[in-house]
Amino acid sequence: VTAAPALLSGWGRTAATRATLVRPASVDALREALLAVDGRGAVARGLGRAYGDAAQNGGGTVLGLDRLDRLERFDADAGEVVAEAGLSLERLLRTVVPLGFFVAVTPGTRHVTVGGAIAADVHGKNHHRDGSFSRHVRWLELLTPDGRVRRLEPSDPLFGATAGGMGLTGVITRAALRLLPIRTGDMRVTTERGRDLDEVVALLEAGDREARYSVAWVDCLAGGDRLGRGVVMLGDHAEPGDRDAAGPPAFAPASRLGIPVQAPAKLLNTWTARAFNAVWFAKAPRRRREHRESLGAFFHPLDGVRDWNRLYGRTGFVQYQFVVPFDRADVLRSTLERLGRERIGSFLAVLKRFGPGTGLLSFPMPGWTLAMDIPANVPGLPGVLDALDEQVAGAGGRVYLAKDSRASGRLLGRMYPELDRWRALQRECDPGGVMRSDLARRLGLTGEPAA
Amino acid sequence: MRDALGSVQSVLVLGGTSEIAQAVVRRLVADRVRTVVLAARDVARAEPAAAELRSGGATFEVVELDVTRLETHRDVIDAAFDRHGDLDVVLVAAGALGRGGDDQLDDAAELMLVNATGPISCVVPAVERLRRQGHGSLVVLSSVAAERPRASNYAYGASKAGLDAFARGLGDVLRGSGVDVMVVRPGFVRTRMTRHLDAAPLSVDADTVAEAVVDGLRRRAAIVHVPAAMRWVMLVLRLLPGAIFRRLPI
Repeated sequence: VTAAPALLSGWGRTAATRATLVRPASVDALREALLAVDGRGAVARGLGRAYGDAAQNGGGTVLGLDRLDRLERFDADAGEVVAEAGLSLERLLRTVVPLGFFVAVTPGTRHVTVGGAIAADVHGKNHHRDGSFSRHVRWLELLTPDGRVRRLEPSDPLFGATAGGMGLTGVITRAALRLLPIRTGDMRVTTERGRDLDEVVALLEAGDREARYSVAWVDCLAGGDRLGRGVVMLGDHAEPGDRDAAGPPAFAPASRLGIPVQAPAKLLNTWTARAFNAVWFAKAPRRRREHRESLGAFFHPLDGVRDWNRLYGRTGFVQYQFVVPFDRADVLRSTLERLGRERIGSFLAVLKRFGPGTGLLSFPMPGWTLAMDIPANVPGLPGVLDALDEQVAGAGGRVYLAKDSRASGRLLGRMYPELDRWRALQRECDPGGVMRSDLARRLGLTGEPAA
Repeated sequence: MRDALGSVQSVLVLGGTSEIAQAVVRRLVADRVRTVVLAARDVARAEPAAAELRSGGATFEVVELDVTRLETHRDVIDAAFDRHGDLDVVLVAAGALGRGGDDQLDDAAELMLVNATGPISCVVPAVERLRRQGHGSLVVLSSVAAERPRASNYAYGASKAGLDAFARGLGDVLRGSGVDVMVVRPGFVRTRMTRHLDAAPLSVDADTVAEAVVDGLRRRAAIVHVPAAMRWVMLVLRLLPGAIFRRLPI
């Protein structure tokens, strides 16, 4: 066990707080560390990819799980692995892709841990078809504050409170994951432009019926009759017999460029965002086109640039991601209109359709999700995002807790209708309130007054 | 907790009857603040403000604090943190202007106690608590008078300079602790405290200072001048040779 004070923030590099970072190398050491925490509690942290304060615990203990990273078992017949919670999807993929398997769900970065992926119940471009990460977890083991390790299967109510539970039911120590068999290491990708929001929406609806993976990038700075224009990308794993003869499964992401220093805080602004979006749109093929991409390029394009979050400078950035039911697609339009009016630009706005949800606090629910990266120093941003929150909650939607760094706890109950049930389960396995995070404090997530 | 955009949820004010402090609190309550503790020497005078602010839906508490009674400070501060949990902002607003002019010689020692020694004595236990919680902002109301002593109010300037220097040094030491320090240097502020004086050029009202404080919290500024132009005015004034400075009608 190593323990050292650390100033920790999320991927957005905002609102850092200081905690004691403990990095146990075994489950026994982890248990010991959890049983030893003081009144400020503890929360687990993986690779720090939550955008906000989910894996921070000011004045308390943060349990860094990066040393609990063993891939314990691989069963080719069952297509299943058992891994410790600190194992990254990056390392998992490097091992299993050459053996003909892919993770059933991957978020836009592979630099997340198995435990973090379950705690945030992350989703990927195949959510409309395969659901979120936790749906492919056969069981997980949870270390609760009483020092017990419980094995939870999906039928267990505590599983539903832990998947998407933001680490507040305990510390996930290991999990059994079902993998997806693949026959090549390539993706067959179809790219098509949509001239406005209606066209992008229609392309995604049609695309979801044919493709396993789908996502649209939206130019949120184009206004007027081009509002919501974007590029729709549909993908499937290539088969050996496909055109351009796909090779055997391999996973060799190119060596990564890095952002060595923090950029000036004003580098990414409305003007650079506008230029970037225009170029991105222009470089997409005018007509529907099929091509091949590597797994890394298709699933994790931003992983090609190490520390890209430094581009936002000292003041950092927020990612605003919400979901609204399918019949409230009007919220997409009014959101883009509002951001356009306020000249708040996002470098990448990502639009996607979700299928049914999973855990009690899981973010995905059937509907449209839109995600935007916005520099935190944009004037007027707090009020605009608060107004968007109201709109989202009013439409029966919600914001994503793993990305949130600024919402008000006031709307939480409306956004997450199962909140009370989750709180009851959370309290049952953590009656002493040991599991704490800055996110939980800020939103009053576990029911204590927001302080 | 402070959020990614610099909104905070709780504040402890030392000097709860200060008009500037109350204007700051009003703005913070309109945003996310739900817990306010006003510490004031004259509890009865802080109450009306608290009552007004309470109607906004926040939890308000008024506690007694005399900045000149150094031995009482730790208990008052600890009690506030113990009762309310984490406090995101500690705003140090206690202070007095003194009489100025020739009376300054008589007032100087008292002003040092009220504007420097007393507030510093409060800051010490407050910062201990902020460090322990691993986050928070200490906001210290200083003055442009701290930057160069003027004949008309050098005693006041000296006391603010003491507090100002202490806060800036502390801010440097606290880097990496999750706690940051912001020094606010208003120019002439039109309040009760300055009612008997003629307003100086670039004068502002308490709410303008409050706006700058809230903005500074969002930016995590280390030093905030109000109005912002004061920063350059003071830069020039600091550099002026004494022979010229002494002849200025300020």
